[in-house]
Amino acid sequence: MENYDIVVIGGGPAGLAAAASARKSGIERIVILERDKELGGILNQCIHNGFGLHTFKEELTGPEYAGRFIDQIRELDIEYRLNTMVMEISPQKIVTAMNRVDGLFEIQAKAVILAMGCRERPRGALNIPGYRPAGIFSAGTAQRLVNMEGYLPGREVVILGSGDIGLIMARRMTLEGAKVKVVAELMPYSGGLKRNIVQCLDDYGIPLKLSHTVVDIQGKERLTGITLAEVDAEGRPVLGREEFYSCDTLLLSVGLIPENELSVGMGVELNPVTSGARVNESLETNIDGVFACGNVLHVHDLVDFVSEEAAAAGKNAALYVQRTDPAKPDVRPEAGERGGLEDGTGAGERAEADDRTTAGARTGQTGESDLGICITAGDGVRYTVPETVRVRHMADRLTVRFRVGNVYKNCYVSVFFDENRVLRRKRPVAAPGEMEELVLTKEQLMRYPELETITVKIEEE
Amino acid sequence: MYDHDVIIIGGGVSGCAAARELSRYKVDVCVLEKEEDVCCGTSKANSGIVHAGYDAPAGSLKAEMNLRGNEMMERLSEELDIPFIRNGSLVLCMNEKDMSKLEALYDRGIANGVKGLQILDKEAVLKKEPNVSKDVYAALYAPTGGIVCPFELNIALAENACMNGVRFHFQTEVQKIERQEEGYKLSTDKGDFSARYVVNAAGVYADQFHNMVSADKIHITARRGDYCLLDKSAGNHVRSTIFTLPGEFGKGILAAPTAHGNLILGPTAIDIEDKEGTNTTRDGLSQVLDKAGMSVSNLPMRQVITSFAGLRAHEDGEEFIIEEVSDAPGFIDCAGIESPGLTSAPAIGRRIAGILKERMGLIEKEDFIPTRKGILKPETLTREERARLIRENPAYGNIICRCEMITEGEIIDAIRRPLGARSLDGVKRRTRAGMGRCQSGFCSPRTMEILAREWKVDVREITKSGKASFIVTGTNKDIF
Amino acid sequence: MEERKLICINCPMGCMLTVAMEKGAIVSIEGNTCKRGETYAGKELTNPTRIVTSTVKVTGGREPMVSVKTKADIPKGKVMECVRALKNVTAKAPIRIGDVILEDAAGTGVNIVATKAVEREE
Repeated sequence: MENYDIVVIGGGPAGLAAAASARKSGIERIVILERDKELGGILNQCIHNGFGLHTFKEELTGPEYAGRFIDQIRELDIEYRLNTMVMEISPQKIVTAMNRVDGLFEIQAKAVILAMGCRERPRGALNIPGYRPAGIFSAGTAQRLVNMEGYLPGREVVILGSGDIGLIMARRMTLEGAKVKVVAELMPYSGGLKRNIVQCLDDYGIPLKLSHTVVDIQGKERLTGITLAEVDAEGRPVLGREEFYSCDTLLLSVGLIPENELSVGMGVELNPVTSGARVNESLETNIDGVFACGNVLHVHDLVDFVSEEAAAAGKNAALYVQRTDPAKPDVRPEAGERGGLEDGTGAGERAEADDRTTAGARTGQTGESDLGICITAGDGVRYTVPETVRVRHMADRLTVRFRVGNVYKNCYVSVFFDENRVLRRKRPVAAPGEMEELVLTKEQLMRYPELETITVKIEEE
Repeated sequence: MYDHDVIIIGGGVSGCAAARELSRYKVDVCVLEKEEDVCCGTSKANSGIVHAGYDAPAGSLKAEMNLRGNEMMERLSEELDIPFIRNGSLVLCMNEKDMSKLEALYDRGIANGVKGLQILDKEAVLKKEPNVSKDVYAALYAPTGGIVCPFELNIALAENACMNGVRFHFQTEVQKIERQEEGYKLSTDKGDFSARYVVNAAGVYADQFHNMVSADKIHITARRGDYCLLDKSAGNHVRSTIFTLPGEFGKGILAAPTAHGNLILGPTAIDIEDKEGTNTTRDGLSQVLDKAGMSVSNLPMRQVITSFAGLRAHEDGEEFIIEEVSDAPGFIDCAGIESPGLTSAPAIGRRIAGILKERMGLIEKEDFIPTRKGILKPETLTREERARLIRENPAYGNIICRCEMITEGEIIDAIRRPLGARSLDGVKRRTRAGMGRCQSGFCSPRTMEILAREWKVDVREITKSGKASFIVTGTNKDIF
Repeated sequence: MEERKLICINCPMGCMLTVAMEKGAIVSIEGNTCKRGETYAGKELTNPTRIVTSTVKVTGGREPMVSVKTKADIPKGKVMECVRALKNVTAKAPIRIGDVILEDAAGTGVNIVATKAVEREE
């Protein structure tokens, strides 16, 4: 069996950033296992621009953004294996994987970073009635066919779901010679970014029908048409005013599901709202030394945030390896000296070292379990990542990411430490399609030694 | 002169079972199938249940075929290397006043010769199946009930028949049958065929062909059934097949594990005019979920990965018709094969071969090959065996369908074997690639590439299921 | 005075901009979080432009297609013409990110560049 310090499952944006960050934190033995024939993950098929404004301060296409990280992986000389499918991970962190060259192999990892991304929700999950002809694609499948293989999936297109992939594909199909007739959205608001509605639909005069869904699919061989109906407040179709659209293609952009079969197989606990792992401030799951980041943890809107989150996971995995390595007893102060990460989380190590006495005191005072303080999603907030924070393990600043459950205008994002409101930030608009974040500081948390629950909620005026 | 001794119309499970049984004898047989593959009609969209045999009236052909088919399934699954599990079945009785119906079912089962039947009380039912509704009063338990993969059964029968000399003509639709002096001329969209004997195993169309040669008309109604299929993560929700007491149109909505570990719910029963009307409906699907929810608790509805509808060939006489048509010598009907048709298939095949053996004086071949090796499933191997397999053939190290973990090696096998897959659905039914939780979103472009490479055609020629079911319609910017 | 509302597309923030216009000239812009919003609103209301991304065929490469983009934004009205100009363009592997695939697309003066590396077929 091979031995590595860190095995990164997935070579998409999360896996790449996590691996690079772990290497910069001083870990030598890292390997990325990627199931596709190249690194970069889904970014390779996202050829549109709009990536990287936060990370690189310039606007890149998906492949260019991936390229930046792939270059880093090469410069940092991090090992990766392509066309490699991870079959199983044991709770003891033995990774079983397979490819054409190495056959079936096992790796004992000290830490595992889960970065498998997500998959698209299929038609069946929606129970759309009708026939099952050719011509029904998830938007991402169509995106791959068009952008990577040069095949046009159809000529006359209806898109169900106004998530970003759906919107982007409306423009892509138009620019490759298809007619996109309509984009229908079940919810009364779009799940995609506003810029995509402007640039992908409005620019081409493609109508967006909110509160509409597909109620019938026609065509026995190839799709011949679909029927749209308006839905009521409960999402039930209002019958009697259906509209038929003749089309040969139906693209579905109806949600993404974190690809957590491997995680579940090894005993990682999931949050039913995100379908991603429950993690603490270190992005560590309920299994020691197993970290998660990117879309396998929760579906992100921007890749920049994936990279940022993954860098933190990589860093924390490195700390874990160093902390648990018996050969390096003095690693933490040293690691603290090393610092020097561009992403600024380097400070965390020093902070952690400083905090040991405090943490000890805390434990003495409150009997705080190792689980830490709960972060709960209050009114209007669907979930938070992380769900717990252990003050002694956190960096100076901890980014808490969350999504809201509805469109809110002129609302406030509020944070409560038990009963006390400690933050109230005005937001002109908050929508489910866009991820929100706030920062908790260590200093702030240390002022509340008895704190049990942090609640994030939306307050309306 | 005739092209063939026997022509079988229809490559469904009955037609292929007949073909395989006939291939034991020295006789020239061909199968005409209007679709691009076997297992494309009723045989592809059903519950996959091997019924114990208590449903059909005592003394009926249905009862006899059911019992015999059930008994034959074990050996057949070994010979043909297909999954078959005797998971047992329960018919739930939800209240005391329906007990007489449950007891009637028990009595009928005994009369039909079903072995091991027991009536279980509530406690015993819930002990056996903790997820059955707590409202259950009692249940009829049949240990001989089972599950089989309907695709693999049908395909394996066809492959084995093909190995033993039966010829298959696909995308060949019989349009007209004319009685000749002796035998029949079949006009198809691919030219004329003729044979001394015809087996009419045309599923929902069997009445049309029967009525072309006989004055004694039959009538088949397409009875649509909607189903929902749940992810493998829900496959252990129940272990037995869970029925409710039969209603007017069949056995009601069942919940059962499939032979591959999914959970299946369905079917509804709606009589329709369109013999191709395999569309699910909103009402049908909600009926499936509602009714299944009444017999089984806590169904994980979020795990539904697909829904589909199948058509049963319901004949007005409510009985299988497997016999030589009285006013059409040499024309053998295999009509009205609705539930328990899949269970009965092995026995139906044998019965048809028996009729023709007697009629034609058939002699057994010495070189009949009774066994067929299924597609090698690497997941069934030990790690060492699997590692060796990949060394020998690296295609087995390349996962194409990541939900079902199907390798390129398996897909190539599915394409290259006798009657190999030509379409995405063909690959799916043989290997399960594309049948998992993402429903082929990830693997379909890759499977298309393999199909195009193996059949040496352009990717644009690849279909979902033959005919005009093309997956892609052109290339980027081709209309500019 | 005319008031125009638009959404800034420069970054995924999607700021809601309110622009006051007088006789075709911009009087004031509100709602932007950064300078780019102001520039965008000015441009979008007088001379809207877009970055265009597309694909072209590759010869002799490991991939059949390579993704491309306009090196800079081009007039919105030229988008379709620009895409059409790519119809019969092929790129020869090896291709590096930034390689010019087509010069002066649709007379815009803007080059089309590759956004992905494609290695030569082995």
